[in-house]
Amino acid sequence: MSAKMIWRKTVNVVMLSLTGVCALVAVSVLFFILGYLVYHGGKDINLDFFIKLPAPVGESGGGMANAIVGSGKLLLLAALFGVPIGLLGGVYLAEFGGRTVPFVVRYTADLLNGVPSIVIGIFAYSVVVLPLRHFSTLAGGFALGVMMIPIVLRSTEEFLRAVPRSLREGAMALGASKWRTISTVVLPAASRGILTAVLLALARVAGETAPLLFTAFGNRFWSPGWSQPTASLPVMIYTYAVGPYDDWHRQAWAAGLVLLGLVLLTNIVVRTILSRGISVQRS
Amino acid sequence: MQLSVKLALNKTEMPVPPAPEAMESVVKSPSLNASEPIVQAALRMQVRNLNFFYGKVQALRQVNLDIATNRVTALIGPSGCGKSTLLRTLNRLHETVRHTRLEGEILLDGESIMRQDVTHLRRRVGMVFQRPNPFPKSIFENVAYGLRINGLSGNQQGGIADAVEHSLQRAALWDEVKDQLHKSAHALSGGQQQRLCIARALAVDPEVLLLDEPCSALDPVNTAKIEELLFHLKQNCTLVIVTHNMQQAARVSDSTAFVLNGELIEFSSTPQLFTTPTDPRTEAYITGRFG
Repeated sequence: MSAKMIWRKTVNVVMLSLTGVCALVAVSVLFFILGYLVYHGGKDINLDFFIKLPAPVGESGGGMANAIVGSGKLLLLAALFGVPIGLLGGVYLAEFGGRTVPFVVRYTADLLNGVPSIVIGIFAYSVVVLPLRHFSTLAGGFALGVMMIPIVLRSTEEFLRAVPRSLREGAMALGASKWRTISTVVLPAASRGILTAVLLALARVAGETAPLLFTAFGNRFWSPGWSQPTASLPVMIYTYAVGPYDDWHRQAWAAGLVLLGLVLLTNIVVRTILSRGISVQRS
Repeated sequence: MQLSVKLALNKTEMPVPPAPEAMESVVKSPSLNASEPIVQAALRMQVRNLNFFYGKVQALRQVNLDIATNRVTALIGPSGCGKSTLLRTLNRLHETVRHTRLEGEILLDGESIMRQDVTHLRRRVGMVFQRPNPFPKSIFENVAYGLRINGLSGNQQGGIADAVEHSLQRAALWDEVKDQLHKSAHALSGGQQQRLCIARALAVDPEVLLLDEPCSALDPVNTAKIEELLFHLKQNCTLVIVTHNMQQAARVSDSTAFVLNGELIEFSSTPQLFTTPTDPRTEAYITGRFG
């Protein structure tokens, strides 16, 4: 074998192994994080963690029930605010509009998607917190909802575009108006994909900390109603992780594990829904 | 039942059955050339000096076509000649495509379709597409769709169920699906799906049914079923079918129009067009010299 041939084969083997190693690293990061969380926080996850309020400083034990409920309320508000706007905007992009308006909207949505979450937090602070004069669940939900809009909008558009034209024509040939066609044929055909996008967007904002720091703020107690500051898992993790007590550090790990578990659960649920097949027949 | 649905849907639009002698004169007329005056009552639709443009490209030139009531009119021609475009103008489905322009006139029962409410027009002039396009709903809901959007609501549930059964029977599909009405329409075979789409179109009791190469995605057995179906349907429906299968045109249609490069070359009764075409281009096409 000539030297050139050997050189070629060596390069081939080296490059192949390099890609394999990188793929392995990419995958193992998730398992590393998961393992690390379980190692540090696993033993602190017990029933108390889910049903009790944080223990007063200096005492051990207690839980993060208020943060779990707070995160739930924040996500509910975010969905109520972000999903309708994103959904209807996506319908507009996919079904109506000429050439320039959708271009501008699409471009703006992509830019909004790239805005750092802390900036969205400042925005929510100035339009909700300042006028109301205090931190609130409402402000936090608003910030997270703003973050959801571009994700839901763009994926709704994509899924609607994937619905074959023949279905639209079939409905319109029966005398259905454009909106009737969209609401009774096109949206149901794309519903599975849109639901997936909504759940993924929720999972994405569930872990956001920065926009909540000066909107929902934080709370060591229950937050009744929607106009009080509220605890949330990501902010709790931040607070406990930078706190001076070992007990807090362990609970921060546990909270991280719970948060990751919830996000993973959402992902798995979504993928199960998707794998049941695409509801639209491609033609 | 069919009558009651029709009454419920459009009380004022009962089609007037054409006088028998008028129909005779159309069918036996040696040439159906559009320039000749033809008795109005026998014609369900008339196309007058139709020009059609996709942007700057002209797809149809000066087309004149008469569509006789309760007859099957076939449009034949090579791919891209404009026959599907012509069909789609008949219920204004071309308006769903951007940057199209239409000149000329299309009459339905003597009235311009351009001046009618488009949803009402499409209820009267239904369409079946090249590929079966059932909605991702149950078989029942597919057929009921047209009834529901046209205002037959839940409290007339019995009415809807009867109409669905009747439409499926007209489309010769009832016996195959009567035990699985609530299954997904996508579980049906291609031929069944196409008959479902025909049943869906029939449910709103259209006066005209447009068929855009309805058999091109089907095997010969299903094609035969649909052709037989067309033969029964024309008893109370006017049919216009686009096909590039000349044998099919010869089998199912009463009159045939040959379209080439956006122009209507020849239009006459089917036996005449296939045996003694007057235009050399028609002859060349039907004898297989091009297209």
